[in-house]
Amino acid sequence: MDSLTLSVNAGEVFGLLGSNGAGKTTTIKMLTTLLPPTSGGARVAGFSITTQAVGVRRAIGYVPQAVSVDGSLTGYENLLIFAKLYDLPHREQQARIAEALEFMNLTADAKRLVAEYSGGMVRRLEIAQSTLHRPKVLFLDEPTVGLDPIARDAVWKHLIDMRANYGTTLFFTTHYLEEAEAHCDRIAIMHQGKLDALGTCKELEASLGPGHTLNDVFVHYAGSALDSGNNFRAVSAERATAERVG
Amino acid sequence: MTATFIYPLTSFVEKTFVITEFELRKLRHDFTELITRALQPALWLLIFGQVFARSGAMHTGNIPYLDFIAPGILAQSVLFVAIFYGINVIWERDLGIVQKFLASPTPRAALVLGKGFSAGIRTLSQGVIVYSLSLLLGVKLNWSPLALLNVLVIVILAATLFSTFSLVIACIVKTRERFMGVGQVLTMPLFFASNAIYPTDIMPGWLKMVSHLNPLTYVVDALRTCMLASSTSTFGLSLDYAVILATTTVLVLVGARLYPRLAT
Repeated sequence: MDSLTLSVNAGEVFGLLGSNGAGKTTTIKMLTTLLPPTSGGARVAGFSITTQAVGVRRAIGYVPQAVSVDGSLTGYENLLIFAKLYDLPHREQQARIAEALEFMNLTADAKRLVAEYSGGMVRRLEIAQSTLHRPKVLFLDEPTVGLDPIARDAVWKHLIDMRANYGTTLFFTTHYLEEAEAHCDRIAIMHQGKLDALGTCKELEASLGPGHTLNDVFVHYAGSALDSGNNFRAVSAERATAERVG
Repeated sequence: MTATFIYPLTSFVEKTFVITEFELRKLRHDFTELITRALQPALWLLIFGQVFARSGAMHTGNIPYLDFIAPGILAQSVLFVAIFYGINVIWERDLGIVQKFLASPTPRAALVLGKGFSAGIRTLSQGVIVYSLSLLLGVKLNWSPLALLNVLVIVILAATLFSTFSLVIACIVKTRERFMGVGQVLTMPLFFASNAIYPTDIMPGWLKMVSHLNPLTYVVDALRTCMLASSTSTFGLSLDYAVILATTTVLVLVGARLYPRLAT
């Protein structure tokens, strides 16, 4: 990561794009306080990620790229544990959980073990889990990786509805350009730890001259280097995830 | 002033039990593990214990050898179960579960201690097994409720101690392969450099010294004091408890410090 400067507006849908190994996940890990920056800092929902980490953690939700719900618990239990960890008032817990399950279309499967869920259901449960406490900002690391187009659309429909209902800011990374184009207010393209482009999809396309698509923009900024990509561990983890979710 | 001090404490205790509760909920579906874990203490007591009791090679004072090792085998089986507990967090790290908990406002120490306690409660099944075998072999046990309560608490604390130790190792090595290697390397020395299957009096000086630095020795001493009908403590039950609690506290603090390493 090399001195990235970026600001995201409240309630915005913001997409972070870039080839493998460009630093997208690292950026998200820093903003979610999982990784301390070596220098510099950032504010998330008004809290400093370096000196007010607990404040940040209360204000955000985080859906990691890998599977983050527990297969040996039921869907309901996965939500209950986070309701308790985020100090939701006792009286409201059941109502919130029921609402989240309903919202994500999981009510009928709430009492089943998550190990038996399909990939799309797992992702929706993960989003329900990280939004139970109504975070101001929701970070999603490649939320639709490994999902078929139908499940992908369902996930996006829920995310967009959620923003409409609660005004949640969505900050996500993706490899799918059409997702960025369809849903983002603005996008940023990273390359080798640096921010190369920032703006609305239309602005970035126009900056290359008329007739250019988002694909051209991506290739222009992120480069078409074939040797880009993660190390072995990251790649095998990613494929394992895709396999489990898919 | 007091309120700002009390809140983090109650919150810490509450969160610890939330973690414990959900770790235990995961167990409902896994009863084969309980059965397989019964095998090892059975082998040690029925085979090793019987043979050495016959040979009369060990001088264990006024109590028979089988009585002497029964608490030792309980401590050992607690150690063996707990020392590999850390593999779970490596598994949870390879998925995204650890990351998600770390991005929540839960105190790190509560994440660590909550998992430790759950391992403690899991190992209670070993107590049932060792008590049943002891009964079968005619070991003279102390059945007073206070003694049983003490054994219960010691088993939970001991398993919390060693599973937290295991978690600390997991935070350092981070991969399953290295973890299994380190786990194997540590178990046997911890077991043999303790008073579990022979009194420390018969050890050479250096080994005796090592065994006195080994928390397992104090666990065994405490169990021996409470489990058997006629046994006196070598170190005193309060020193045993003090060592076990202090070691656990240090390990939980170290674990809380190292736990965020799993997210990277």
